[in-house]
Amino acid sequence: MNKNYMVSLIAVIVLFLIAYVGTQQGAGLQVLFGIIVPYLAIILFVVGFARRVMGWSRSAVPFRITTTCGQQSSLPWFKQAKIDNPSSTLAVIIRMFLEIVCFRSLFRNTRMRLSGGTRMTHQMELFLWIGALAFHYAFFAVVVRHLRFFTEPVPIFVTLLEQVDGFMRIEVLYDIVQAGLPGVYMSGLVLLAAVLYLFLRRVFIPQVRYISLAADFFPLFLIVGIALSGIFMRYFAKVDIVAIKELTMGLVTFRPSVPEGVSAVFFAHMFLVSILLAYFPFSKLMHLGGVFLSPTRNMTGNTRQVRHVNPWNYPVKVHTYDEYEDDFREKMVEAGLPVVKMPEEQA
Amino acid sequence: MADELIKPDELLSKIDHRPSGAGWMDTPVDIRKGMYCYAANPKSVDTLGLPNARAWNPLEEDWKLPENWQQIIHDGFRERLDKFRSFKVYMDICVRCGACADKCHFFIGTGDPKNMPVLRAELLRSIYRNDFTTAGKILGRLGGARPMTLDVLKEWWYYLFQCTECRRCSVFCPYGIDTAEITIMGRELLNLLGLNIDWIATPVANCYRTGNHLGIQPHAFKDMLDFFVEDIEEITGIQVDPPYMEKGADILFITPSGDVFADPGTYTCMGYMLLFHYLKEKYGLRITWSTYASEGGNFGFFTSHETMKRLNSKMYAEAKRLGVKWILGGECGHMWRVISQYMDTMNGPADFLEEPVNPITGTKFENASSTKMVHISEFTADLIKHGKLELDPSRNDNKIVTFHDSCNPARGMGLLDEPRYVLENVANNFYEMPANTIREQTFCCGSGAGLNAGENMELRMAGGFPRANAVKHVHEEFGVNMLACVCAIDRAALPASMEYWVPEVDVTGLTELVANALIMPGEKERETDLRGEPLPGMEE
Ligand code: HEM
Ligand code: SF4
Ligand code: SF4
Repeated sequence: MNKNYMVSLIAVIVLFLIAYVGTQQGAGLQVLFGIIVPYLAIILFVVGFARRVMGWSRSAVPFRITTTCGQQSSLPWFKQAKIDNPSSTLAVIIRMFLEIVCFRSLFRNTRMRLSGGTRMTHQMELFLWIGALAFHYAFFAVVVRHLRFFTEPVPIFVTLLEQVDGFMRIEVLYDIVQAGLPGVYMSGLVLLAAVLYLFLRRVFIPQVRYISLAADFFPLFLIVGIALSGIFMRYFAKVDIVAIKELTMGLVTFRPSVPEGVSAVFFAHMFLVSILLAYFPFSKLMHLGGVFLSPTRNMTGNTRQVRHVNPWNYPVKVHTYDEYEDDFREKMVEAGLPVVKMPEEQA
Repeated sequence: MADELIKPDELLSKIDHRPSGAGWMDTPVDIRKGMYCYAANPKSVDTLGLPNARAWNPLEEDWKLPENWQQIIHDGFRERLDKFRSFKVYMDICVRCGACADKCHFFIGTGDPKNMPVLRAELLRSIYRNDFTTAGKILGRLGGARPMTLDVLKEWWYYLFQCTECRRCSVFCPYGIDTAEITIMGRELLNLLGLNIDWIATPVANCYRTGNHLGIQPHAFKDMLDFFVEDIEEITGIQVDPPYMEKGADILFITPSGDVFADPGTYTCMGYMLLFHYLKEKYGLRITWSTYASEGGNFGFFTSHETMKRLNSKMYAEAKRLGVKWILGGECGHMWRVISQYMDTMNGPADFLEEPVNPITGTKFENASSTKMVHISEFTADLIKHGKLELDPSRNDNKIVTFHDSCNPARGMGLLDEPRYVLENVANNFYEMPANTIREQTFCCGSGAGLNAGENMELRMAGGFPRANAVKHVHEEFGVNMLACVCAIDRAALPASMEYWVPEVDVTGLTELVANALIMPGEKERETDLRGEPLPGMEE
């Protein structure tokens, strides 16, 4: 197990150091890490993502294999579970919305135990649901907040989110960091805590440890690296925000330049983000796109009412009634079963 | 067989749900007696014209594979990725969160980590990454990829035949990943190499030729029903006369052949016969049986989509030939999954049938308006609701009943309240099992998807443990002594599981209970139920 996460941890540290060292005064790779890599990463992300989604869409959906998680639409006096066993598009949309926004299926999670070795129990298990929700919403908030670096003027929703996110002001008593400490963003802390939780459950829950691959630890460490370097820049290093915004705006307006005074930590931060973007389409992170296409959830369950068409349905060899009767005619007649042709008619 | 079966206590004490040791890729498969089913009889594989029929033995080193087997798997894999979006998406998006891990009855009952649904799927995913993804090709094992080898193939075979395709895992997965779907694809690939199990291949071959899994020929099928006719007369004094392949009958009835063949399914079969006789006498409804379409179940479903279609075709073909209005389906699990999610698509549209209406009550079965096949529980529930059945539920009073939702009607259809409604109307003592073990969260009997053979009894008992444990709970709590179900595989599988885990509980089909309660016109005073056991108050 530790091999899996050590490899990922080392990979992230090495990646960080490459960018950090490469952009030190004198190393002179600022253009590489500040402009070329981010552009490449974006291209990989967009193209890779689109290709993945198009690849999925190209595959046929021959059958309607919904997972029906409740009572079907049936006789009028049975109450249908309209969302869990949807028979209308609207209900499917609601089902999908709840899956994507509330992680509804994960909310069902239980934990099985054999108490006394003989009695099976299932307890509600919400930690993963809470951890995953916290992680995703914090991640989302962080992403949205970062739009301030890529927009001018900054859209109102970004500023609003910043205010909500940063309402909590912590008194920090150490002299060095006290002066001019900006409002603490909750999302960053929640993100770190949630990632830490996701990491720990991978290490400490034996079943999850057993199924975890290096590829499961890598994004976690990457996100930790991104979050830590971000937090470091914001609260401790006091980087030159004006210069950074000049750089990021240059990227989005396609007039890239590397201004003076951007620190190496920032380049390392942006490098890790670039890696995350580039890695995204080739990894399990594509669940972002895939969840929308999951056939068990995004189709109606009323397969008996509305015919589903299989684009590649083809005729198959069957054993027809006539062949069957030919095989068994005499026995059938003897047993008094009706036949189409009497034995004497048979050629 | 039975005498070497591990004792329940011992089985339980062996279970450890905390996987440890080398990683799963470094743990070679150990094909263990009692946990696997015998290899397919080459004759059966040949009957269907499926590839690579040959005698082989899972325990032997050499599986006599075709020379280019890796290429066959690779090409077959690619073809299925293109044909099934489900398969492709599920190969890509699992985050290995482990939410599905302890939801599988086989993992709960064996503790074998490769029975965690996520790992079962990873067995295929690791090959998928290696063969079809850039990241897998570059990162290799770090990215969870590994090349296809003979050991991997054996691992596939062993664990894909330790999944009953029950889909419980898919209820809990945040992305709805359906491991059953992955198992289905994996089994299709194995079938390309002739690697089916005999408990599936031979019923399939039988069904293709004789119309049913058990290979009962038409005259013998009639003989068996005649046998029930006699029993029914003895118990109720009524002479029933089931029609066969009656042209122009109102309804064609199709049910799994298992109910014709073995107890306690036979009592359910007698139940159908009584119910239909009742409807004929009282309301003139003509429901016909067929020996050609004498199988509701479809073990082709456990072989490949194509085989499923070939077997399923008989239902519509026979309905068309006989000119019935619509089809009524008996109690069966996977049969109803096929009907609900595949039949109309594969072998429809059934435009030669009418949208099903219950001629007795006038109720339209709108939910079956395209497939034109109605479930016996829907049908019976409708009759009861409209007061069309005269019932004396007290005849079932010595049965303290709980209800087992079969996986397929529950998670592949949503038939949950209809059988309960029927049950509540024909029996007075009904207690539910704990909420996490019924309805859409129901536990498999442990022997579905073609695994109810004799040689894999340990696997079946392990897989049956969660269901049995919940039954045990209501047995201890409420004195439950009867486990009702609407599935022929359940009726074949659960008695063994009950005998092993909760010997005090018996298994019954729902229609058996209906027929016990049903007051037939002109019946003599009944002294026993359909099993010949004294009715309450008639003991002695
Ligand atoms: C229905 C929607 C989604 C669900 C239910 C979901 C669920 C999950 C779960 C359960 C994890 C588990 C992580 C772990 O165990 O380590 C995870 C990880 C992750 N998800 Fe999502 N997710 C969803 C959508 C998204 C979206 C929209 C994003 C957009 C960025 C995203 C990005 C990530 C990332 C970056 C990780 C962490 C990487 C990792 O753990 O390997 N997810 N998600
Ligand atoms: S619940 Fe779904 S995403 Fe999580 S490990 Fe299982 S199959 Fe993968
Ligand atoms: S479908 Fe059922 S048997 Fe198969 S992995 Fe999922 S829970 Fe286990």
